[in-house]
Amino acid sequence: MVRVLLNVPKRVKRGEEFDVKLLISHPMESGQRRDDMGQPIPRDIINSFVCTYNDDEVLRADLFPAIAANPFLSFAVTAQESGTLTMTFTDDHGVVQTETVSVTVE
Amino acid sequence: MIRRVALAALLVMAAGEKHSGYQDASPETRAMQDDDASNPGFLWVQQGETLWQERIGSAGRSCADCHGAAPVAMRGVATRYPLFDAQISRPVTLAQRIEQCRVERQGATPLSADSDALLGLTAYVGLQSRGLPMQVSVDGPARPFYEAGKALFNTRQGQFNLSCAQCHDDLAGKRLAGSIIPQGHPNGYPEYRLEWQGIGSLERRIRNCMVGVRAEPFAADSLELVELELYLGSRANGLAVETPAVRP
Repeated sequence: MVRVLLNVPKRVKRGEEFDVKLLISHPMESGQRRDDMGQPIPRDIINSFVCTYNDDEVLRADLFPAIAANPFLSFAVTAQESGTLTMTFTDDHGVVQTETVSVTVE
Repeated sequence: MIRRVALAALLVMAAGEKHSGYQDASPETRAMQDDDASNPGFLWVQQGETLWQERIGSAGRSCADCHGAAPVAMRGVATRYPLFDAQISRPVTLAQRIEQCRVERQGATPLSADSDALLGLTAYVGLQSRGLPMQVSVDGPARPFYEAGKALFNTRQGQFNLSCAQCHDDLAGKRLAGSIIPQGHPNGYPEYRLEWQGIGSLERRIRNCMVGVRAEPFAADSLELVELELYLGSRANGLAVETPAVRP
């Protein structure tokens, strides 16, 4: 489990854009570096990110090396009805983590 | 003509005025610090907040059991550190105070100086003073340590034979390669450095500078480091605490 800071407004207006901000604590090791003994450090990055809202896919992203450690993702979403925003990301070790947050539409 | 000279003098003064490293950072770096949602330092703050509530050690007590809610109890605390500790007759940094509390009152094992847990706790406590002016006291028993720190700041060292003062007093505002030399105020520690891709302590920053001038860094937890931190802290008195700051 990595630490995640998720910022989503609790209440949003119907059909109006709101920002989803996500900070993930992850080393994002590029695979290009070597350790003190000269051995290559294996790549370990978050390689995919999917966000769904009530089972509708909102955003899907493939991530690549050369993204700094502790990546910050931000994107805009609109909602017609209240529901749950689910964010799932996978890293090179195959670790899958899911974060959810409920959003009320008024 | 006289007016022009006066204006030039005023501009020089403005550049030399005491200011936070925030002012010297790029707009992108400042923006990162300005929004708590994008400031990666808050990943550690979040960890610190959890640890504050965690019951640990042989005493089975959490920080909150004695101190209560951090936003109330710890408001303004970080502005006073390093603080002279009468019991051990020397100044201690905020991180050292947390360690002290952990070992003596919670009966827990000490954390290592650069551990995420200690940095997280320090950042969480530091955050509660955000916006308040630094007010490190160097009067009374702290005075000799302040003087020692000041002497260290002005001592040339390393193969480059440079003192802290030569860059951070005399050349602050000018450039070292592409980067602006900041005045070296420790008002945002522990801070997130893009260079480190993580959060770090003032000690770590000082070590970096010392390696930079090809000097042998002071040992971790050595008195010299605390003296230097005390001098730096008092030098920054009046500047607002920015913990957790974001710097290049």
